[in-house]
Amino acid sequence: MTATSQIHILGVRHHGPGSARAVTRALAELRPDLILVEGPPEADDLVPLAASRDLVPPVALLVYTDEPQLRSAAADTTGGPQIRSAFWPFAVFSPEWQAIRYAVDNHIPLRFCDLPAAYRFGMAELELDGLRVDPIAELAAVAGYDDAERWWEDIIEHRRDGVPPFAAIAEAMAAVRATVQRTQTTPAADTVQPEPETGRPVVTDEVREAYMRSVLRAACKEGYRVIAVVCGAWHVPALTDPMPPAAQDAALLGRLPKKIPVTATWVPWTHGRLASWRGYGAGVASPGWYHHLFTTPDRVVERWLVQVAELLRDEDLPVSTAHVIEAVRLAEALATLRGRPLPGLAEMTEATRAVLCEGDETRLKLVFERLVVGEQLGRVPEETPSVPLMRDLAAAQRRLRLKPEAQVRELNLDLREQTDLARSRLLHRLRLLGVTWGTPIQSRRGRGTFRETWRLEWRPKYTVDLIAASAYGTTVASAATRKAREAADQASDLAEITSLVESCLMADLPEALGPVLTALRDRMAVDVDVVRLMDSLPALARTLRYGDVRGTDTTALTDVVTGMAVRITVGLPPALTNLDDTAAAAMCQRVEAVQAALNLVADIVPVRDRWLDMLAGLADRSDLHGLVVGRINRLLHDDRWLDSPTVERRMARILTVGVPPAHAVAWIEGFLSGSGLLLVHDEKLLSLVDGWLTAVPPDTFIKVLPLLRRAFATFTAPERRLIGERIRRGSGPRLDSDAEEKLDSERVAWVLPTLTAILDEATSPTPTPDGVTSSAEVA
Amino acid sequence: MTTAVASSPVLRAHAEDQFVAELVALAKADDRPRPPGWRLSPHAVVTYLLGDVEAGITPKYIGPRRLIEVAVATLATDRALLLIGVPGTAKTWVSEHLAAAISGDSTLLVQGTAGTPEEAIRYGWNYARLLAEGPSPAALVPSPVMRAMQIGAIARIEELTRIPSDIQDTLITILSEKTMPIPELGQEVQAVKGFNIIATANDRDRGVNELSAALRRRFNTVVLPVPASVEEEVDIVSQRVNALGRALELPEVSAATEEIRRVVTIFRELRDGVTIDGRTKLKTPSGTLSTAEAISVVTNGMALAAHFGDGVLRASDVAAGIRGAVVRDSESDEVIWEEYLEAVVREREGWQDFYRAAREAE
Repeated sequence: MTATSQIHILGVRHHGPGSARAVTRALAELRPDLILVEGPPEADDLVPLAASRDLVPPVALLVYTDEPQLRSAAADTTGGPQIRSAFWPFAVFSPEWQAIRYAVDNHIPLRFCDLPAAYRFGMAELELDGLRVDPIAELAAVAGYDDAERWWEDIIEHRRDGVPPFAAIAEAMAAVRATVQRTQTTPAADTVQPEPETGRPVVTDEVREAYMRSVLRAACKEGYRVIAVVCGAWHVPALTDPMPPAAQDAALLGRLPKKIPVTATWVPWTHGRLASWRGYGAGVASPGWYHHLFTTPDRVVERWLVQVAELLRDEDLPVSTAHVIEAVRLAEALATLRGRPLPGLAEMTEATRAVLCEGDETRLKLVFERLVVGEQLGRVPEETPSVPLMRDLAAAQRRLRLKPEAQVRELNLDLREQTDLARSRLLHRLRLLGVTWGTPIQSRRGRGTFRETWRLEWRPKYTVDLIAASAYGTTVASAATRKAREAADQASDLAEITSLVESCLMADLPEALGPVLTALRDRMAVDVDVVRLMDSLPALARTLRYGDVRGTDTTALTDVVTGMAVRITVGLPPALTNLDDTAAAAMCQRVEAVQAALNLVADIVPVRDRWLDMLAGLADRSDLHGLVVGRINRLLHDDRWLDSPTVERRMARILTVGVPPAHAVAWIEGFLSGSGLLLVHDEKLLSLVDGWLTAVPPDTFIKVLPLLRRAFATFTAPERRLIGERIRRGSGPRLDSDAEEKLDSERVAWVLPTLTAILDEATSPTPTPDGVTSSAEVA
Repeated sequence: MTTAVASSPVLRAHAEDQFVAELVALAKADDRPRPPGWRLSPHAVVTYLLGDVEAGITPKYIGPRRLIEVAVATLATDRALLLIGVPGTAKTWVSEHLAAAISGDSTLLVQGTAGTPEEAIRYGWNYARLLAEGPSPAALVPSPVMRAMQIGAIARIEELTRIPSDIQDTLITILSEKTMPIPELGQEVQAVKGFNIIATANDRDRGVNELSAALRRRFNTVVLPVPASVEEEVDIVSQRVNALGRALELPEVSAATEEIRRVVTIFRELRDGVTIDGRTKLKTPSGTLSTAEAISVVTNGMALAAHFGDGVLRASDVAAGIRGAVVRDSESDEVIWEEYLEAVVREREGWQDFYRAAREAE
């Protein structure tokens, strides 16, 4: 180390607003001519982009391998080689970001000094928890705090007095590291540790710190006079004198694996993702609060609670200034009671809950989502290098010969062909990622299950969407998988998850399907509303039936559909009571849809018999809405679950004086709606209806007439005509034995060849003469 | 007003009498600043409620620390406190102990009912005197709230939402101006430092007499939850049952934690509508099935075991009590209990004795 270089180590907590403020102040005082920041050196070239006004945090540095890599022994069995990637997210309140801004604004060189990702991707990452004691938790425990975050907040983040705490942090960390090294059997510092199972070297603190020291030494040699190093507090003691001899570090680094070619870029990040992030700098539970702490010049408590009040007012909840005053007082009293220097987020939350939200948890949740986490979304400039996800998409586009074009065009796919199937999957995956390049439209060439028609239109904004989506994964498939899982976690209602299941199947994302189905099962178990289950079942049954066209594995789906069908079967009877006319009509459709769905998958999901049994139990209930009961009887009759005599007996009972005409007519409507053929063919039923109708007293008849009309209006014209004819003739001989219509033999002769062609395949097709349309009426 | 016969022991002592030793010990050791009119510092009040094993303070409330901290901080900032929760979540219990710890007096109590008159909150008159002498301070009968204002103590109002709205609103002036005018005398009572109000309200009764926005604004709200875990609830029930057993001088019954756990488990499962393992969904009966009811079921079972049983709390001692708590009046409760017995109790390992006992209890 040359004596001319002055080195300042600024130990920070990643994403700590107090640290960020302290770093800004320290840099302004020190006026360094070089800044080193803990981060991947591959990103050095990206620092100047921070000068752009369009690079707005939260953003993340993304480093990824150019070629797919084997992950580890365990992952190989499932995933195979994959593009490996790592993120280093920064928010405005991250000390690292403040250092970058300072460097860019003052035209000072900035270098990242952590172990290059090029090495790390070839090594095994060690699990942080368990192997290393959390230094901050140690210190907090010594200070008598049970919560490490709070301790750090009180001591560092809430300090606004301006005394840089770096010396104290360095001292404290040295003490913690000394204890840890005494109590733990740390690996010998001069070797690169191999991972037990794979034999690959592990990224240890020793290696990383050795690399940081080597960067620091190199910088000194280059002749920089004042060097500021911004790194995690834990590393401070390793970078201060006395440092181990340079030769020892060099020997350690010499044993590193070969470098892997990597590329780095900026990607937009969100506060929400910061909150859930596990990895570098770990998750920040309350990015919105930290953002507030960092950006607010003074009166932190008051400004925060005023923001909360404004948020609640925007939601039309009455919150007065007096409320805010009382909330501030409560927060401060709580802080005093708890012996904290300033109200922290915990106190703010309590005050918000007790005063502003009046004890209401739903409102508090709103505050948490909108303010405590926040909804900030970062931006990156256009000249940012592209991301692996886009490369993967470009490769897929080339392979599948699908060029992104701005002009709208239609694409017909035949899913029986491999290329078309792959195209369909790609488009479905992109839709999951929010890139609606293709929109599925109703096919013009019939509705075969193996056909799909898409409307394609590429918009420039999809490029940005893809950069944003690259946080989910490096390939379209992996990103869509992760996105689908996230969506399943966040989905609020059953229908959303159901459509997600469909999407997953169509996009062929087997790894996402498991979690999505689990989410569906969980949601289904707590959903008390059988109506929602009934709405969801048909789509799932269709997927189950036709899923094999796409070659997807549907075992898990079978379980879910079975469970759902059983729940519906159990839950339907109570859901049918007390329905008004509108609800009854809707319920009829649902029952019908479920019936159709269960018929569709009868061989896979063995619930159909139970379902029909349950319906049979309902078919005789007089307390349910007539429409529903009528419909149920019809369904059972159509399915041969009830024989005609039973149905006739039942109908006879309904159409008696004892039953109010309104109920009877509803029953009839439910029973008959859709198709009148039944009446045409079943004389007994017809005569029952006829007899009842003629017996209805005149004033009641006027009342039931609109309902009857509605029931009969659903029949086709020929059906209506046939019924009319039958009634006119009274109970005569059966229709099919009766040549009731005078047929024009000349016209019939025209049709006969066509009919023969249709009915008898052996006959060679004859040319179709004009006037064939008349056959519809005859048939 | 005066205790009638001091010599015969009362059925239930006030908190400040029952825990007088703890309060004295806390006051002695308490070196933190006390708000004016307070017997203890806020910190010591929190300790009194949540307990401190080393200092020999028994926990009065088992639950989240932050709730009690918010409640005490609210009172310390001179705001009225509104405790909300489903029945049996220790609202009254907490308010009594808060009043005892802060003012050393938990007796300034107004019980809210649909018939609570304005006199119960403001003041009434001794009509004989009023007729004889005309309006005078001597003819005035102060309400608990008025007395609390005069001596600087905590007044408690139970079931605030049951009180008719127009009567509730008499609290507004008291809470904002801290005075109570007496126009008949041309005087007013100004609250002495230390005065405050703790009100309790029932979650299920919301909407009976919803607080006006003006009144609501003057309260900080703390929602008391049902116990978070089985363990916590078992703790609460055992502790209270033991205390009650001592107070009622029941013969010693061996503390049957297993039986208590069973009662708590049944109550929780039916209350939450799902079994503890989360596998089976259950229907929820109409009763609240609060912790307080669990306590009374167990206490009742203890009495049965002590007087008519073999001195050990057994399934048969609690079965009838549980059935009584679950099956209220509606027919559907009967079905729910039946389903629960058949679907859950019957299948559960080690619960056969309870299943038989429950069947016998019908």
